[in-house]
Amino acid sequence: MAMFSQNPVLNGPNYSFAEVPKDAVDGLREHRFNPYTDNGGSTLAIAGADFTIMAGDTRLTSGYSINTRYSPKVFKIGGSNSSQDDANILLSVVGFAADGEALKERLDAICKMYRYRHGKPMSVNACAKRLSTIMYQKRFFPYYVYAILGGIDEEGKGAVYSYDPVGSYEREQCRAGGAAGSLIMPFLDNQVNFKNQYVPGSGTGHDLQERERVPLPREEVEVLVKDAFDSAVERHIEVGDALQVVIITKDGIEEKVLPLKKD
Amino acid sequence: MPGFDFSNYNRNAALHARGVPLPKATSTGTTIVGCIFDGGVVIAADTRATSGPIVADKNCEKLHYISPQIWCAGAGTAADTEFTTALISSQLELHSLSTGRKPRVVTCMTLLKQHLFRYQGYIGAYLVVAGVDPTGTHLFTVHAHGSTDKLPYVTMGSGSLAAMSVFESQWKPNCTKEDAIELCSQAIQAGIFNDLGSGSNVDVAVITADKTTLHRGFVKPNERSQKLKNYKFKRGTTAVLNEKIITKDEIGKYVSVHELESVEGEQMDVDS
Repeated sequence: MAMFSQNPVLNGPNYSFAEVPKDAVDGLREHRFNPYTDNGGSTLAIAGADFTIMAGDTRLTSGYSINTRYSPKVFKIGGSNSSQDDANILLSVVGFAADGEALKERLDAICKMYRYRHGKPMSVNACAKRLSTIMYQKRFFPYYVYAILGGIDEEGKGAVYSYDPVGSYEREQCRAGGAAGSLIMPFLDNQVNFKNQYVPGSGTGHDLQERERVPLPREEVEVLVKDAFDSAVERHIEVGDALQVVIITKDGIEEKVLPLKKD
Repeated sequence: MPGFDFSNYNRNAALHARGVPLPKATSTGTTIVGCIFDGGVVIAADTRATSGPIVADKNCEKLHYISPQIWCAGAGTAADTEFTTALISSQLELHSLSTGRKPRVVTCMTLLKQHLFRYQGYIGAYLVVAGVDPTGTHLFTVHAHGSTDKLPYVTMGSGSLAAMSVFESQWKPNCTKEDAIELCSQAIQAGIFNDLGSGSNVDVAVITADKTTLHRGFVKPNERSQKLKNYKFKRGTTAVLNEKIITKDEIGKYVSVHELESVEGEQMDVDS
C-alpha cells in the first residue's frame, strides 16, 4: 500500500538511499505526458452499530487553484433509478477526480445490472469484492483514487471497506483518506477505537487496562466528523469550502452539507 | 559578502547527485500587495505560511520593518525574506547614521537588488518595498533574481494574480488613504480565498510622512469555529511506566527558570 502513498514527507524517512531513483543517476530523464493530476480533498467513513457515516469535503483543487468549491466526493451506488433515493451503498472517492467519477459510474452501472438480473440490490460485501476486482483489472494503469465503500451488512451492522488505488481492500471500523487522511486517521484511532487510552486507576504501568471499545452512537460520530474536518481545514490547504455528510441506516440515506472555512 | 557558510556544499552536492532530495524550506506561498495614495503608501499581506500542502503557521508576520518610514512585505522562502530584510535594515541604519540623513526607499531597494542579484536567485526573497522619505513616497517590487519595478500599485506571491485582478478592476488614480487601505485589504482577501498558498488574516501597514501604523490582524475573516466536543482526557488515561519527581527548587539545576505572568495565543487542551 505504501507504493501509492502520496505524502512522502509524512509517511517515512525522507533521506533514504533505498528510495534513490536508479534511472536519474546519469542525468538522463524521459519526458512524457502525465495522465494523472491530484485534485486534493479528504474523505472519512465510520461504521456504527446500525449505521454508516461517510463524509468528504467538496473542494476540488489543482496546484494552488480552486477549480470548484462544490464537487461532491460521496456517491450513492446501485439505486433502481438515476435519483438513487433507494440506493443501499455509498462510495467515496478522493485523489484524481476524473478517475473517481469514472470508477463511480462503472460501479453504479454494475450494481444496477445486478439489481435487474437478480431482482434485489447487491449486498455490501459483494459490492466490496466487485470494486476490488474492477480496480485490480487496471493494475498497470490504475484508477488514481483512494476509495471507501460503506453500507449496512447482511447482519444489519454498519460496514466500511477501504481500498488502495490497485484494489487491495479491508473491512474496517473507520478510515480517513485523501490529502488530510494522515492528519485525521490518528485522531480517529484515538477517538473511535480508543487507542492509547487506558482506564484510570485500573493498575500500574503495563498492568493498566485498555479502555474498552464500544460502538459510538450516531450523534457522537457526527460531532467527531465535523471536528475532524474543521481541524483538517486548519492545517491542510487542499481541504475546505463545504462538508458533505451522508448517513446510511436501515431506513435509508440522509444527506447534509455543512459549511467549512473557505481560505 | 561574509555571512553564508558553504562548508557542507560538497557533501550535499554528492548526496543530491545520488538522488537524496533537498530539504523543504518553509515558504510563504503568499499574497502581498502595495498601493500609493496621496500623502503616503499602504502595504498589506496575508498571514499563512506553508510547507508543501501543510499550513506551517496560521498567523505569521510578513510585513517587515526596514526603518521607521520604510517597510517591506515578503513572499518566497520565509527565512530568506526575514534575514534579507533584517540585513538590509541594519545596513541602512548604519548608512543613515554615517550620512546623518534619513534613509531613502531607493537606497533600500538598491541594496536589496544588489544583494539578491549577487546570489543569482538562490536567495528566494520576493519583496514589496514601500516608504516615505525626504524625496517623496515610493513603492517598488524586488524579485529574487534582482529585477525591480516601480509602480503605483503592486502585487506579489502565489496570490498575486488574484490580488492584481482587484487592483486592475477597482484602482483609480489619486486615491485617498482610506481608499488605498480598503483596496489593499480587498486585494489580500482575493488572495486569501482564491489562492491555496494564502490564508487566514489581513495585515496592513500605512506609511505617511509623519508616522507609520501597523494594523496586525486588520481583517480576520477566518476565525476557527468552536469545537463541538470537549477533548480533555481524564487524569490517568495515559499509561505511566515510571515516574520521577523533580521539585521546583531542584529544577534550576537542569534548566534556567523564568516566571511567566500570562500565556498568550491559542490554549491547548490538557487533562481535566
